[in-house]
Amino acid sequence: MIAPPAGYVGTALLGAVLGLDVVSFPQAMLSRPLVAATIAGALAGSATLGLLVGATLELFALETLPIGASRYPEWGSAAVVGGTLFAMAEHVDPLASPGVMSTAVLGAIATAWVGSRSMVLLRTLNGRLARRSMDALAAGSARTVVGLQMSGLLGDLVRGFLLTLVALLVMVPAQEATLARWHSPMRESRAVVVALAAMVAGGAVWKLVHAVPRARWLFLGGLLCGLALMALT
Amino acid sequence: MTGAARAVSTAPPPAKGVALPLTTRLSIFLRLLAIQASWNYEILLGNGIGFCTEPALRLLPGGKGGEAYRAALARHSQYFNAHPYFAGVAVGALIRAELDGESPTRIERFRTALCGPLGSVGDRLVWAAWLPFCSLLALLAFGAGGGPLVVVGGFLLLYNAGHLALRAWALRVGLERGLQVAQALGGPVLRQGPQWLDQGAAFIGGAALPLALTRVIGPGRTLLGAVVVAVVAGALVITRLHGRVEGWRLAALLLAAFVLYSIAR
Repeated sequence: MIAPPAGYVGTALLGAVLGLDVVSFPQAMLSRPLVAATIAGALAGSATLGLLVGATLELFALETLPIGASRYPEWGSAAVVGGTLFAMAEHVDPLASPGVMSTAVLGAIATAWVGSRSMVLLRTLNGRLARRSMDALAAGSARTVVGLQMSGLLGDLVRGFLLTLVALLVMVPAQEATLARWHSPMRESRAVVVALAAMVAGGAVWKLVHAVPRARWLFLGGLLCGLALMALT
Repeated sequence: MTGAARAVSTAPPPAKGVALPLTTRLSIFLRLLAIQASWNYEILLGNGIGFCTEPALRLLPGGKGGEAYRAALARHSQYFNAHPYFAGVAVGALIRAELDGESPTRIERFRTALCGPLGSVGDRLVWAAWLPFCSLLALLAFGAGGGPLVVVGGFLLLYNAGHLALRAWALRVGLERGLQVAQALGGPVLRQGPQWLDQGAAFIGGAALPLALTRVIGPGRTLLGAVVVAVVAGALVITRLHGRVEGWRLAALLLAAFVLYSIAR
């Protein structure tokens, strides 16, 4: 279990490392929500709970692939926040917290949105540094080349750390206050968040494959198999 | 692609000049993993290209800090764009061209021509095919009841087998072919791979969504029928709104509204 707020530092370090993976190093998809939330959940006491919220966030993330020059949510640090919020609250008392999934997912999405803005800010700062170093770059200075790369890495690490730390400091109390006033029943609460995640994922998969030969039929065939299995279980 | 092909059409066969020591290759490969660290809106990936080529440029006449080294590093630290996994093709090819003593004009022309293809091929193969394929397969494993180790471990192993193999291939093919690397980008795997992966992702995605939904919904299972109908309707709306509003933003707004309703009711 994480003891707030000092315990958040470890989680923020995890957010920093996984935030770094999104673009800077090494892009091994440790930052995918499925992975990041599961690791955060394990740190907060339950990898299984982390996996549960990670899978939900992964459904959202399927729509935001980093194609071309698109600006996309930063899911690495965000999934750490989501996994921590869910695992911490659910681990303590699963029955008394019907709104945990909704608040954890909303908190993660909000963090992902802020994270996206923070990445734009970091890239702007990197650009200013690069512009200031144009003369040195044009002179073939290895020190400048390596320095820009290292400052970019460090900047991204600090960005992820601060983002995760601030998000936890804001969202853990906000989640507690929300859950204390939560009136929707458990089944409704869970159904709404899962339905929203699945509709985003369904739309995303369709958009991704609809122009590919035979893929529409393959998707519908898979869907029928999935629905049949769902009915059987 | 045509630009790159034009740039290499008059190229002589790749010279087998200076061989790269294994430690230099390893150093370049490790640097490639951080190629986007200083990504910015001014020169995009440019500094990263310079950063990755630097260990090999030390082999130029005059060594580190020599005139040839500094001129080459300056050339490669300017504006460049590519998919990060495919940037190794450019890094390898530019290193080979420098070590083979190609003229700076040809190298710069080739460098400019390579930008576009390396971005679009990478986006189609990795971000729009390999990543969603692996992600949906992991969701299928999750929906089938897989635990954290199976789902997360399986995803990371599978994805990174492809990821690291692609990076290694990119660097190798660039180093081997130099300015004639454009032909390698027309290989069947790169041309047909995205389509095959998307076909697989289509089937897996179709099967994974209902199963993942069933597992996450837990106590909401009694509402499963209504949820499935809502998901199909919502997905259709999101598909129709494509380009005007992103589904995740719309879903986040609806979720925020539900949270407020759950507090106020």
